[in-house]
Parts: sequence; structure tokens; C-alpha cells
Amino acid sequence: MATRKFDVRSYPGFLAITVLCLTILYVPLMVVAVYSFNASASIVVWEGFSLRWYGDVFVGPESTKFKVAARNSFVIAIIAASVSTTIATLAATAMIRGGTFRYRTLSFGLISLPLMVPEIVTAVATLIFFNSIGFERGILTILLAHIAFCIPFAYLPIAARMQGIEDTYEQAARDLHATKRQAFTKILLPLMMPGIISGFLLAFIISLDDFIITNFVKGAGVETLPTAIFGAVKQGIKPNIMAISTMLLAFSIVMVTISYFVSKSGENNKP
Amino acid sequence: MAGGTAQDNGTQGDTYKEVRDWLLAPAWVTLIVLVLLPVLLMLVYSFLTKEFRGGVIWEFSFAAYEQFFCDRGLFGDEPCAIEWTYINIFWRSIWQAGLATILSLLIGFPTAYFIATRPAHVRPLWVFLITIPYWVNLLIRTVSMRFMLREEGPINNALMWSGLIDNPLQMINTNFAVQIGLFYSYLPFMVLPIYAAVERYNFTLSEAASDLYASKWTTLRRIVLPAVRPGVIAGCILVFVPSLGAFLAPDLLGGAKNFMIGSLIEEQFKGNAGNWPFGAAASMILLTLVLVILTLYARQQARPDKGAR
Amino acid sequence: MSQDSTNAIDVRQAVKRYGDFTALKTISLSIHDNEFFTLLGPSGCGKTTLLRMIGGFEDVTEGEIFLYGQEIESLPPNKRPVNTVFQNYALFPHMNVLDNVSFGLEMLGKSKPEARQRAGEILELVQLSDFAARKPAQLSGGQQQRVALARALAPQPKVLLLDEPLSALDLKLRKAMQLELKHLQRETGITFIFVTHDQDEALTMSDRIAVMSAGELQQLGDARDIYEKPANRFVADFIGETNLIDVTIKSQDGQRALCEFPNGLTLTCDARAGLEDGQTGHMSIRPERMKLHAAQVNPENFTGRVVENVYAGTHVQSILHLKDDMKLTVRTQNSDLGNSMVFEPGTEVFVDVERGAARLMAH
Repeated sequence: MATRKFDVRSYPGFLAITVLCLTILYVPLMVVAVYSFNASASIVVWEGFSLRWYGDVFVGPESTKFKVAARNSFVIAIIAASVSTTIATLAATAMIRGGTFRYRTLSFGLISLPLMVPEIVTAVATLIFFNSIGFERGILTILLAHIAFCIPFAYLPIAARMQGIEDTYEQAARDLHATKRQAFTKILLPLMMPGIISGFLLAFIISLDDFIITNFVKGAGVETLPTAIFGAVKQGIKPNIMAISTMLLAFSIVMVTISYFVSKSGENNKP
Repeated sequence: MAGGTAQDNGTQGDTYKEVRDWLLAPAWVTLIVLVLLPVLLMLVYSFLTKEFRGGVIWEFSFAAYEQFFCDRGLFGDEPCAIEWTYINIFWRSIWQAGLATILSLLIGFPTAYFIATRPAHVRPLWVFLITIPYWVNLLIRTVSMRFMLREEGPINNALMWSGLIDNPLQMINTNFAVQIGLFYSYLPFMVLPIYAAVERYNFTLSEAASDLYASKWTTLRRIVLPAVRPGVIAGCILVFVPSLGAFLAPDLLGGAKNFMIGSLIEEQFKGNAGNWPFGAAASMILLTLVLVILTLYARQQARPDKGAR
Repeated sequence: MSQDSTNAIDVRQAVKRYGDFTALKTISLSIHDNEFFTLLGPSGCGKTTLLRMIGGFEDVTEGEIFLYGQEIESLPPNKRPVNTVFQNYALFPHMNVLDNVSFGLEMLGKSKPEARQRAGEILELVQLSDFAARKPAQLSGGQQQRVALARALAPQPKVLLLDEPLSALDLKLRKAMQLELKHLQRETGITFIFVTHDQDEALTMSDRIAVMSAGELQQLGDARDIYEKPANRFVADFIGETNLIDVTIKSQDGQRALCEFPNGLTLTCDARAGLEDGQTGHMSIRPERMKLHAAQVNPENFTGRVVENVYAGTHVQSILHLKDDMKLTVRTQNSDLGNSMVFEPGTEVFVDVERGAARLMAH
């Protein structure tokens, strides 16, 4: 697009601020990524490129702790994301394809409740709940808390996608002699799939990243990656932490890229 | 993240209205049992008596709220004077979250505007660039910021190397560090709603204003800003509310001096020194504050004059 | 209640209400076997609601609908031997053309190879065999339209419902598709029920037309009836262009009545419309059924002044002012221009109304 001489849209300085914004967002992450390849045991001086700290993460003295934490994190994230995405898909179908009903607003309020309540409050409330019913804290309490917390994150992209699918598709399927169940599995579900994948990935990342709720309900001795990293950082930032952070960073970027292309590919299937 | 607001999508047909209740049941059960009920229980806990090794004794008591608001002297036998310690922590949290919001707005608005005025096919890429950091673990982002702001960190090193300063600047463990950390945590929440509003904005209005002799900045102030106001307000809420209850940024960047609500609450549930009813009461007060803000926001959104499209 | 099983559709006293709003007010009509039937009306007139009631997408609040004598109100859409071409086609975007067309047959329990073979045949009928593997998004609007048609025809419905299927196409393509649809209807022998707000479309294609407005049936008849003998003011105004004049009945005799315009001019009009002397009614005169002359040719001619001529390709539209500035539009075919029947603005002319062209209506 050629820029016109008198473009009423553009403002001087906005480009500079955008560049500044991206710099602030990216430079700290890049610096940490670069320092993770530092050969030195000190985080202050640069002594050349090395994969030493990546090796340390996998075989070093703290490797067992981090491996267990990573396994916990991924197991919890996969299960929590799967369950919350399933619940959210069903709920979105009721909310978007259920017509108007009296408790619809109430249902929406309930679904978005975890977004409205500050995370630390949810954490306190969940801890109190498990404590009062005598539920011993551990992986299961983390999992349950994550499932509930992830529902709105899975719900929003699914509902948005579904909202964009006109109900004439199901009507056409019904008109062509499909039952309601067939119209759902053969037509609606495939059309919703990009939204469901986005919802799943978002829920997965939210669960994987969660620190506050996990920290409250995890119980003694159980760690996930964020709580393990937090514990380690409290003793000071060490190079192996930067290596773990960089790996998680790379993982997140891969995930968000997948999500980006999934939602882009979904555009082709739009009417 | 938490403390956000979400937009309800309208309904689109009623194909599955017969099974609606069954489809909603799992979400209802999960959220009632694991979120709503716990919050109500927390309200109950805030009126119980503390157990000295964590937990509660099931005895009704106002002690938690009294501790929050009332100063009865060293031995607890004086008449109630206002206790400023905790109110100050809340006040500082509001102040810090507010400054972080203003910072986000000052940088987020031009960025969102700039992205929204790019050609349509590159806009998603710009949005993608802004959202990537949001997908990166908040803890890792905060740690990176801590790494940057350290006394011996890259910023100080660069400044000293360039000769601008002789001694490292004290950046870590300051209010400034907390604001930068909050800004860094929630900036995408500011950019995205403003971006959405500017993208919907009809630029013929700017052309009309310019045609009627308005300068660029007058056009921005008198025409563009009123039109995208809902997006700006949504962005401010999305940054302010989670900043208010944030834990990581104040804890990792602010140090002990710059205690915020999140740390105050967290402390009550750690180890044996905690005070569960007091933590529950502080949480209730934070929740009330947030719900008041969100209610005001919802009222404002419901007003008919939401600005031109 | 026994029904005439030779009618494709019988709608008996059907009413549709949404809460307090009545979308359809007690409609009864019969659609014959092997007929191209059109529901015509402005948006919001209830035509789509009626179509969707036949398709099974709207409940019938009161009344009954019969398909070849069988009551279908209790059947869900997937159990009705009726298929629909949707307005936006609703082609399944994640399936290719062949899968779209074979979908209905598969749902009816046909094996996949059988369904695909039959779908292939239908695609040949609509000349889209080469596009079987394409996704709907890769087709032009006209091609999508044919796929939608093929998909709805594949299960061999007893009645095909078409909900404004041509509205998304450009004018040229729309004209071509109108003829194609008409041929297809003849070829397949299936009853077509076509919904449109476009009168040209309705007049060109239909065996019979039901004109609807405000949830009521205004007139039912073939194209000529509806154009030349409108039942009421609405139909006269909605179909084609016309001059509508409020008139008072002066005297009547047999099938003719002497009508007086508000400005005192009088004209003999067709049909008595059940009005008594002294009562008021509406008169419709189509602009192409009047001629302008420099001199009087008939004692009933009245005079007027040409105000403006608008050239419109096939004809010239002349705006006249009669006595008391009453406006009248007269259309002169371009072939007649040589006869110097178009007069310069400002000219005083005589208006000659064709015999039988002035139509009197009560409502």
C-alpha cells in the first residue's frame, strides 16, 4: 500500500512507540535466552557459547527435581485442558445453539466467573474448600482447580467460533435427513474444530503456566515447573533456570504458532 | 491471568435447545463446586477464629475484619482507631496498579492504533507479535524482567559501559520495578481491545474531520478517542484488575518494601505463621473491590451512548 | 379430515405466532403436483416463515400442513420427503462438492458408493461433474448455487423448497438461472416452491404465484392474473409500476363503473369491486396502457401537461400533470418514438386510456 502524502490515519511517533512496545516485550526474553547459552557459571559475565546449562537441566544435581516437576506440569495440563475443553464445548453448544433461555445470562456469568475473580482469590477459596472437606492436597487438587479455572479460557474461542457458524448448516443437514446427533458430529463439530483446538491450546498453556493457584493447592513436596522455578529463583537466578525458561519459552512460541495457523486455516472453511 | 471481563456471544439458533440442560450441566457442576462454593466458603472462613498453626476454629468472630480496620493498641484493649497498615497496602496496590495502567495506556494506545491502521493482510501478524509474550509463562517473563533490572543486569551494564552513569542504578526492589513488571505482564490486554475498537472505527470520520479543517491531533482527541472509548476502558480494566491482585511482579521485583495485596494474602496461608480468617477477609475485600469496578464497568457499557461506530 | 392426495401441499388454516407477534395470519392454500409455485412478497411478509413451516424448521402454531394427503406437522425436518435450497446455500464448507451432494443420500441409509454414484449423476445434470473434488469456497456464486440445487435434488424429494436462491447472484447470471430452474423443474417433475421478493423472477418462472403481505395471502393466481387483474391496492402497487388513484363511484352499470378522481375528472373503469355508488375505492392504471396524443381521439380522453420525460432504454417515461397538478406516469415504448408520441415538456396533450386498463379495487 502506497502511503499518501496526507494520510489522516497516521500519526507521527506512533511507529516509534510501537517499536518501543515490542522492544520492551521481547528484549528481556531474548536476553534470558542468550544468557542461557553462557558458558560461565556466573550470570554476570559472558564467557562464550555453551550448551552446558541445558545439559545441567537434564543430568545436573537438580535434574530429578525438574524432571518430576515437568512431568507433573504436562500431565496436569493435558488432562485439565482435555476435560475443560470438553466441558466448554458442550456448554458453548448449549449457549450458542440453545436459543434464548431464562438462566442464559446467569450461565454466562458462571462460566466467566474464574475470569472475574482475581486469581489469588480463587487460589485462597480453592485452598479453603479442599481444606474444609478434608481433601488431601496433591496432584489431584491441582488438577481439579485447573479444570475449573481453564473452562472460560477454552470456552471463549469455541463460543466465538460457533457464533460465526450460521445455524443454516445444521438445518441443511437436518433437511438432508440427518438426525440432530449426526448434524452435530458430521457438520457442527468439524466446523467448530479450529475453535476447539484454539480453546484446548489456550487452556493447556494457562494450566502449564499457572503459578498462583498451583502454589496454594499443591501441598507439600508436590511441584510443577512454575512452582519449582519460583522456588529456585528465590535463591537467586541461576543459569540452569535460564535454560529451563528458554525451553519453556520456545515451547510456548511453538504452541502459539500452531494456534495461529490453525485459526488461519479455519478461515478457508468459512462460508 | 484473572480479573478480566469477557464478552458474551449472542445465541445463534436453537438446534439443541432440547438437550441444553444436559450440555450445560457439566460446566454448572464444575464451576459451582470448584469456584462459587469455595468463594462462599471463603466468606464464611473470614468470620471464623484463627487456629495458630494454620486453619480455623469453627467459632464465629469479627476478629479478621477488626484486625484489618481496627488498631486497638499493643495489648488490644484500647478503643478502635483506624488501622492504617493494611489500608495502606491496599492503597499502594491501587496506586501501583493505576500507574501500571496509565503506562500501559500511553504505550498501548499508539501501538494498537498503529497496528489497526496497517493493511488488512498484515494486521494478524502484528497482533500475533503482540500476543506471543502473553502466551509465555508469566513467571518466566517476570524473572526475565528481574534479570534485566538487577544491579549487575544488562541495563545497568549498558548504561555504565556507555558512561552515562558511574554507579549502577537501583532499579530492582523499587516501585518503578513493580510498575514495569505489571505493565510487562498485562500490556497485551491493553492493546487487544483498543486494537479491536480502532479496527472497527470508520476512518471516513477522520477524513470528514480533516475536511472540516480539524488538525490531526484535534481529530484524534475529538473524533477518534470518543469513538474507541469502549475499547480504551475495556483495556484499562483488563490491566488494572489483574494488577491489583498480582503476586509475582510485586514479589519478585518489588521486594519487602513494596508489598502489595497479593503478597499480603499469600503470607497468611504459608506455613504455620499464617492467619487464615485474616487472609480470607483480605481476599473478600479485594474481591469486593474488583466486583465494584466490574459492576461500574458493566453499567457504563450498558449505556446507550457508547460512542460512534 | 380427509385431504386431496393429488395436491403436493395443502396448507389448512395455518397460523404462526412468535409470542405476541403474528407472522402468519390464518393462511390456506393448495399447491398442485408438478407445479412451479412461487411465494412472492416484500421482506417480512411471512413467505419464508411459510416455507420453513413446510420444511419443518418452524412449528405451526395453529392449523395443519399436508404433503400428498399426509399430515406432516408432527415430522421433524429429517423425516420429511422435502428438501431445501437455502438462501445462502449452506454448503458444508469442510466437505467437497461430491460429499455435499451425497450427504442426504447417505443420511437416508444408502451405502457410500451408491450415494456417490447417484450424486455423480445429479452433478452431471447440473453440469458440475468436473468440480466434484472442489471445496465450496473454490466455486463461483453460480456454481455454488448449482451445487446447492444438486444437493437438494439428490435425495429425490417430493417437493423442493427454494428460499430466494438467486438473490446472491448478479443480474445476468440470475436471468440464466431462472430459465435453468424452470427447465429443471419440468425435467424432474418435482413440485418446486420458490420464495422470492423479486416480481420479475416470480412472473417469469411460476405456474402460479401467491402474493403475500403482512402475514396474509393477498392474491393467488397465474402471472397474467396477478399483473392484469390485481385483487387489491397492495398487489397492484407491488407488482410492476402503476398509477394508483383514489376514486369515488359516480354510477355503475354491469361490469363497468364511472369513477371520479379527486380533481373531478371522470373515467370508466373495469370491475365493480362490490362497491356501492358514492363509495370510494382505488384505481390502478398501468403506465404502458395509456397513450399520449396531440388531439383528442376518444370522448373520455383527458388533458394534461408533460412535465418531464425520462429516457429508460426500452421506453420513455413521461410525467404528466393533470388538472390540479395531479400526477400521472405514462410509458411509451421506444419503437413508438417514430410516431412522435413523446412530447416536449410543457406540451398540453390528450391522454387515452386503453379499454379495460383502468382497474377498480375496493381495498
